[in-house]
Amino acid sequence: MSLSRDEVQKVSLLARLLLSEEELESMTAQLGRVLDYVQQLEELDTEGVEPMAHAIDLSNVLAEDAIEPSLSREAALANAPKRDDECFRVPAVLGD
Amino acid sequence: MADLHELTAVELLAKLQSGEATSVQATQACLDRIARLDDDLGAFLSTFPESALARAAEIDRRRLAGERLGPLAGVPVAVKDVVVVEGAITTCGSKMLQQYRSPFHATVIEKLLAADAVLIGKTNMDEFAMGGSTENSAYRLARNPWDRERTPGGSSGGAAACVAARMAPLSLGSDTGGSIRQPASFCGVTGLKPTYGRVSRWGLVAFASSLDQIGPLAKTAEDCALLLEAIAGHDPRDSTSAPQSVPAYSRTVKEPLKKLRLGVAREHYGEGLDAEVEAAVRKAIRVYESLGAEVQEVSLPHSRYAIATYYIIAPSEASSNLARYDGVHFGYRTDEQAMLAELAAERKALETAGDQRGLDELDAPLVRMYRKTRSEGFGPEVKRRIMLGAYTLSKGYYDQYYVKALKVRRLIRQDYDAAFKNVDLLIGPVAPTAAFKLGENVNDPLGMYLEDLYTVSANLAGIPGISIPCGVTAAGLPVGLQLQAPAFEEERLLRAACMFQAATDWDDRAPESLGRPA
Repeated sequence: MSLSRDEVQKVSLLARLLLSEEELESMTAQLGRVLDYVQQLEELDTEGVEPMAHAIDLSNVLAEDAIEPSLSREAALANAPKRDDECFRVPAVLGD
Repeated sequence: MADLHELTAVELLAKLQSGEATSVQATQACLDRIARLDDDLGAFLSTFPESALARAAEIDRRRLAGERLGPLAGVPVAVKDVVVVEGAITTCGSKMLQQYRSPFHATVIEKLLAADAVLIGKTNMDEFAMGGSTENSAYRLARNPWDRERTPGGSSGGAAACVAARMAPLSLGSDTGGSIRQPASFCGVTGLKPTYGRVSRWGLVAFASSLDQIGPLAKTAEDCALLLEAIAGHDPRDSTSAPQSVPAYSRTVKEPLKKLRLGVAREHYGEGLDAEVEAAVRKAIRVYESLGAEVQEVSLPHSRYAIATYYIIAPSEASSNLARYDGVHFGYRTDEQAMLAELAAERKALETAGDQRGLDELDAPLVRMYRKTRSEGFGPEVKRRIMLGAYTLSKGYYDQYYVKALKVRRLIRQDYDAAFKNVDLLIGPVAPTAAFKLGENVNDPLGMYLEDLYTVSANLAGIPGISIPCGVTAAGLPVGLQLQAPAFEEERLLRAACMFQAATDWDDRAPESLGRPA
């Protein structure tokens, strides 16, 4: 199979990336080759095989519903690129 | 007396305990070594000379006062820059996290500190642990101490190189598809990827959460046993950490295994395996036979699908994990004014052209902020994997790629389960070649992925694997031997590795050219 440039463009929005013309070009070719390679899994009959999402069988790992210390607001905001005293700041979300 | 930086951790601990050396001396010896060699080798991204020496002095003082000390008391340890240390910068080798200071310690760091280890610095790596040569580091080129023109491997390239170059006796790496074992092989050191869940991932910056595992690198299996024992164990903060108790690896590691049954997977000796690597591995197998091991051929019929499976699952998980780098909560953010001006200009151009569709599709400012931030903050390989993962998880492809890969993952695990019914350990190569030249694979992503042929299966299956030095090529490059064991059998792996190291001297060899002017 081959990947189209339009598909790569579409995925770049899903992935919240902005690719330059050259990146779109090289990404289309490189991802296409990887996808062609992984296509070989189609050879395998996996009918009835249970998907394995995790290497160890742990299920319903629950924690006590107990209050424990957590990060202070100041510590949580300390690495923010843009903030005020209480919040993370972002560009306007609603139209102007 | 050998220089302190040359010693294994076990040797150093003996000298510290007998009073022949102090932790300040040992720490200074490592820092001096880093200062002398690392401008060239590029193994570290940051060092902590002041806090390390202060801590070493404190441990020396407590020792003199007769206080009870932890099992790594006074031993310098290097940490891959993907594990967070409170108050210190953790970059993950990415521009995205250039200024990121963690507000908390990873569990493994808390455990190292509780063991009275001395943290000396953070090591270089491929960005977000994606790569096999450390060439994807956004900061500096890392060189192989055995040959400056070659890669130390990756992604834990700095972690392996710093041990090989005798800049730190112990080092923590992380392994998602071979990132501890392959650099250990390329640098002639010992590196262990534990069973998934054996070591807490709390504070390990996530790449692929169902595959990532922290593990030790050191000169010997004995040292790896010591470090693994210090960091392993259940952690309530990591819901995937295993409840199994941790054996006293350091106490049993020197006991040889009797009647060891070794499995040689016939699929590991096929096309692509370098002849010199194969010869070294076959010679290592004969060493085990001379030690009483019985060797039999086994089959892992699905191993040829491991790379394809891995390069669907790992990027899928990565695309989801790396969504957190949005320029809002922490890390890099694009210049907002420039971004808004660019967007306004695009809008104007579309309006002038009367392009209604273009206007409808134009990014909102917040979306554009995410996209610019991520495109500027991530390097090419990270972008490729995010794109690949976003594609394989997207509507219409999820079943075809992601679910299919999860099914094959189970078949790969079942191959191991069947093999381990008849053998105690699997023995084979770590990587198809010795260290390759810098730049050799950078323009060929798929070619780079194929290098992971022998290592990714252990991550997919969740089992432990160790890389130990087993030879040197004609060009003077180390070759690694991989042993793999059933889940939670690290003790068996370490004892088997130690047996080999007692019978051979590959683990004692250090790169000769070190210290010579470049």
